[in-house]
Amino acid sequence: MKKTALYDEHVKQNAKIVEFSGFMLPVSYSSIIKEHEAVRNKAGIFDVSHMGQLFVSGENSLSYLQHLCTNDISAIGTGKVIYTLFCNEKGGTVDDLIVYRISDSEYMCVVNAANTEKDYEWMKINNHHGVLVKNLSAEYSQIALQGPDAERIIQKLPGIASLPAFFSFITVSDMIISRTGYTGEDGFELYMKNEKAPGVWNSLIDAGAEPAGLGARDTLRFEASLTLYGHELTEEISPVEAGLSYFIKPDKITGFIGQHSVKDILQNRQRFLIGLQMLERGIAREGYEVLAHGQKAGYVTSGSYCPTLGNNLAMALIDADYKDTDNFEVIIRNNSVKAKKVKMPFYKKRYKR
Amino acid sequence: METRNNLKYSKTHEWISLEGNEAVIGITDFAQNSLGDIVFVELPKTGKELKRDDDFGIVESVKAVSDLYSPLSGKVTAVNEALETTPENINTSPYDNWIIKLEMSSSKETDELLDEAGYISFCEQEE
Repeated sequence: MKKTALYDEHVKQNAKIVEFSGFMLPVSYSSIIKEHEAVRNKAGIFDVSHMGQLFVSGENSLSYLQHLCTNDISAIGTGKVIYTLFCNEKGGTVDDLIVYRISDSEYMCVVNAANTEKDYEWMKINNHHGVLVKNLSAEYSQIALQGPDAERIIQKLPGIASLPAFFSFITVSDMIISRTGYTGEDGFELYMKNEKAPGVWNSLIDAGAEPAGLGARDTLRFEASLTLYGHELTEEISPVEAGLSYFIKPDKITGFIGQHSVKDILQNRQRFLIGLQMLERGIAREGYEVLAHGQKAGYVTSGSYCPTLGNNLAMALIDADYKDTDNFEVIIRNNSVKAKKVKMPFYKKRYKR
Repeated sequence: METRNNLKYSKTHEWISLEGNEAVIGITDFAQNSLGDIVFVELPKTGKELKRDDDFGIVESVKAVSDLYSPLSGKVTAVNEALETTPENINTSPYDNWIIKLEMSSSKETDELLDEAGYISFCEQEE
């Protein structure tokens, strides 16, 4: 089991530690709900050092990434960030990631911890462009500072003269700071070499950020209806079905892996990701069956009590036959519990653009 | 971890208050702390007959779904319906928020419950 560079800080804070994607990480420090509210109302910090950092360099970096990514990587200039997906040939999802354009010939791909090794292999197998792909995940720590106070707190770090705009980044003494995140709030993600991480972590706490664990990270992303790999996205679920078509450029002239399948799925979608609100008592959890008029319609991909909204919501992958249906039932411990379709995102994102 | 010396305990982290033939059952401070924020409670129907170790309900925290196990056999005579709207009270005050009351069908089973000292050392081994 791997420990992040911040492990000792979590132990000092009396965090409840769990195993996640091969790492020992804090699930919460005191209460998931309190940490969730701290991020919505003030600011929280998350140790997300388990995320993978894969660096691409070489003169053909852009055409290489265009070949792997569904989004148009040429759309971003140096200092910008873009959300994209890697698809497999069937149009399923290898991973979702964000790509940083460090220079014309160097990019950083930030991927899901559980997929880092798989992505690294995928990137090497599909390298017909002579680029260099390096997995520097073990050397880098990543801290997410999220919440309405993030903007004030980040300026307490030394050397911050200006702030990056939404989906942009700056580099301050070898630390990459991007205006990105996974909570639906304004905020930043910071990448630094491991030895710097405890100092940065404690400076952010001193400046008023509250440590928040993986539990709150999940409820926050869920309320903001942000998809999570392994739940809304898998090798068998296309990003089209997960509602991420905005991040796919099906007619990109450079082409990309899975392009033909993705086009077919766009033409003839078999499944839709929808939001559900429970109308009766019960929490729909991942994997629970969803029925429409007694017929199997799909299943829950994520479900939770929502601390900010105060209700029980779910995301579910539903067969296309039921895309216009409004009333569903979720099977909770052999009982049929009524739910209605609701719009996503459940919680309106408060990004500063 | 808080415990009370007038209560009995089970290895599945329920507390039991015995008064004559009646057992009042809740979950311990150790249990609420390991579960985290409790957001949902499912209670049995009054009149339900339970055998020892039967599951009689559910508590759900933000992250997890856990069964409640009856440490004794008997008939459910009352359920604490207030917990359906304020499940978080179990976190705040686990020993003041009972979950069910049982009319015991066997008085021998209580001999196997742990006393406070026995429960504390049991929890130390669990950690």
